[in-house]
Amino acid sequence: MPLLKGGVEVADGWRALADAEPVPAQGDVVVPLARFLAEREALLARGGKLGVRCRNTDAVEVLAPDLHRIDLIALEFPRFGDGRAFTQARVLRQRLGFQGELRATGEVLADQLLHMGRCGFDAFAAALPDLVAEWRKAGASYRAYYQPATADQAPLIAALRGGRRTPLANP
Amino acid sequence: MYQYDQHDRAFLADRVALFRDQVARRLTGVLSEEQFRPLRLQNGLYLQLHAYMLRVAVPYGTLNGRQLRALAAIARRYDRGYGHFTTRQNIQFNWIRLADAPDIMADLAAADLHAIQTSGDCIRNVTADQWAGAARDEIEDPRIWCEIIRQWSTVHPEFSFLPRKFKIAVTGAARDRAAVRFHDIGLRLLRNADGEVGFEVLVGGGLGRTPVIGKVIRPFLPKAELLAYLEAIMRVYNRHGRRDNPYKARIKILVNDLGSDEMRRQVEAEWEGLRGGDLRLDPDLVAEIAGRFAGPALTPDPAPVRAVEDLPLIDPAFRRWLDANTVAHRVPGHRIVNLPLKPIGAPPGDASAAQMEALADLAETYGHDDVRVTHEQNLVLPHVREGDLPALWRALDGLGLAVPNLGLVSDIIACPGLDYCTLANARSIPVAQAISTRFADLARQQDIGELRIKISGCINACAHHHVGHIGILGVEKAGAEFYQVTLGGEPGEGASIGELVGPAIPAARIVAAVETIIAGYLAFRRPGERFLDTVRRVGVAPFRERLDAAA
Amino acid sequence: MAKTRTGSINVVTANRLADGQAVFLAAAGGWVADIGRAAVATEAASAERLLAIAAASVARQEVVDPYLVALAAGEVRPLALRERIRAHGPTVAAIAADATRYPE
Repeated sequence: MPLLKGGVEVADGWRALADAEPVPAQGDVVVPLARFLAEREALLARGGKLGVRCRNTDAVEVLAPDLHRIDLIALEFPRFGDGRAFTQARVLRQRLGFQGELRATGEVLADQLLHMGRCGFDAFAAALPDLVAEWRKAGASYRAYYQPATADQAPLIAALRGGRRTPLANP
Repeated sequence: MYQYDQHDRAFLADRVALFRDQVARRLTGVLSEEQFRPLRLQNGLYLQLHAYMLRVAVPYGTLNGRQLRALAAIARRYDRGYGHFTTRQNIQFNWIRLADAPDIMADLAAADLHAIQTSGDCIRNVTADQWAGAARDEIEDPRIWCEIIRQWSTVHPEFSFLPRKFKIAVTGAARDRAAVRFHDIGLRLLRNADGEVGFEVLVGGGLGRTPVIGKVIRPFLPKAELLAYLEAIMRVYNRHGRRDNPYKARIKILVNDLGSDEMRRQVEAEWEGLRGGDLRLDPDLVAEIAGRFAGPALTPDPAPVRAVEDLPLIDPAFRRWLDANTVAHRVPGHRIVNLPLKPIGAPPGDASAAQMEALADLAETYGHDDVRVTHEQNLVLPHVREGDLPALWRALDGLGLAVPNLGLVSDIIACPGLDYCTLANARSIPVAQAISTRFADLARQQDIGELRIKISGCINACAHHHVGHIGILGVEKAGAEFYQVTLGGEPGEGASIGELVGPAIPAARIVAAVETIIAGYLAFRRPGERFLDTVRRVGVAPFRERLDAAA
Repeated sequence: MAKTRTGSINVVTANRLADGQAVFLAAAGGWVADIGRAAVATEAASAERLLAIAAASVARQEVVDPYLVALAAGEVRPLALRERIRAHGPTVAAIAADATRYPE
């Protein structure tokens, strides 16, 4: 699966662990939220970076105490039209101040990249032929927006009223 | 009305370019129908029975003459010479080609109009009291707040893929003409004990399969917190609204499942994290938006009243129109002129290009260039000087738009129904036409008095049949059209949901059934009682008996 | 309203992609607006063949959402009112209030 980060396609150095799969001593791993909660101490204590994969029905607030020690959170778009992860992303970024990688997974379509970026996603695992081009196109969709969102820090409406361009941050 | 500036126009230009690209990708097969459908819907483009249908937003029902002419031009150039005003204060064109749609969007944008978010599971066009800025019982003009909500909700990155569509209505008046109790969110501007103006916030109202009256979750919200509070509500809904069943996906079901206390708790908890933040509406920002509503400077003008009072001597038809279709304005010497789009026997809400163009001229000449669309599928000229009424009346009469039937039997609202809509189970417009024709006699209509008939062709309730004094719902039984009839619904204050009067009635007997019900009212009513009052006093049982006897 | 009603005689309908027009798969191939010129399938196998032709047309971006419409025996008349309206247009008597009284 191609992965876009920082505006370019990169290799995915993360290893996604299933529920029962043994945790390797080294290397960067992503575990499901339930497993993180069950094995929290051990996972946080090991070497290598830690990522958590949430379903779009999970209450991401449970990660609040540990967010500074989590390097990646993967959120899921199970199908086009199911927008729950947009809110999860904004809660993580805006309310809980998560600074790590926020990765969009699942049905990640070109016509939603803009919304995802504005809600704070900065990495996209998407089966698109030219992810870089799609990302550039999405970011150039609008010269300005009507509302503040997590990625562009535009002051309300005044962003447009004052004519300030609020481009999508380059992930 | 709200004046667009270069930034609003740049946004629309960008949107048109995006949509043009999406349509091109669809026509060449880069996008499948499944991928394209949500994109076209978010631009108001449906695929209906006979063609694509384009629903153009009329934000809070406000147009100027130039915009009305632009809509007329679209009707002529791309459609069949007419448009259909809807119960969401929008206008629909029924015969649109997909290949033309980007050009139509560009033509709309040139008149500061768009079709953004008139469909899809997103925040839809915000509706308002059609008499905003003119009504005598108004505390504050709701349109400024509607425009702020429009801007905030337009292409909102977080709330563009909600569980289901989402409708917001705002009223600033004591009388609720915007049916705020039947919206996902209803907002009522009111003054608190300290004299401060803010919002009462209602959540979870709606019609459709499960009609529910909205619950107050906050009795008083300071204006500055409006958007933060709305965002908190949307956030709770986006996360917890049901997505497993489209019929249970509206926020009313969530509010019902959680209970309004728990809903309030969750919203207020979310709001705690948002209030005072970057969504705060500082007074200077609100003033900036308000300043773009260059409303007419009306001067109190008591003198012409006498001239108007004299006119009945000239023409009793003018007097009937004046009494039935016009309402006192907040500024003395002016009237609010309602224009029912309900000529006897015509499809409710339809207007031809010629009518739209003529109305644009009249609005500019007599109405301070302000035209409103109502959720009852009528139009309004909200600011007319009394001295201009005779001339305006003559002109409207020439257009067939001076029928004095506002709020009467023939002022029916009806969805497009099975004649146009892929969702419908039965026809609506022909039923409306037949009832209107049966009760064509105006003296008879006036004797019957206020009576609001609402006809929906399916349970989605686009014509709000649940809140009709007489509600008519089309259903299918073994391939034939039947109609369920409810009595006693009311959308405004004292909101109520109509009660089923009996088993569904076959199409051939629906007009006669309406006549039987009305005859019952005339027999039961006490002096001064409206239809609704009588139904509330006697209940539906006596009406059912009459229907059974007639069947 | 149900798109198809029980019936063994069928035509295939769809909406043309570019303009949304309700069209019918013609006996001579291609899509036509006139249901009278539609290819009529009188058995399940021929209905399947027509649907396969329609599916190929969908893949060429010509039409969307094809399906079978059941006809009354002996005449080209859909059983379902919905389909009769689709084939012949709205039943609304007077389109737009002034269309007849104010000719342009």
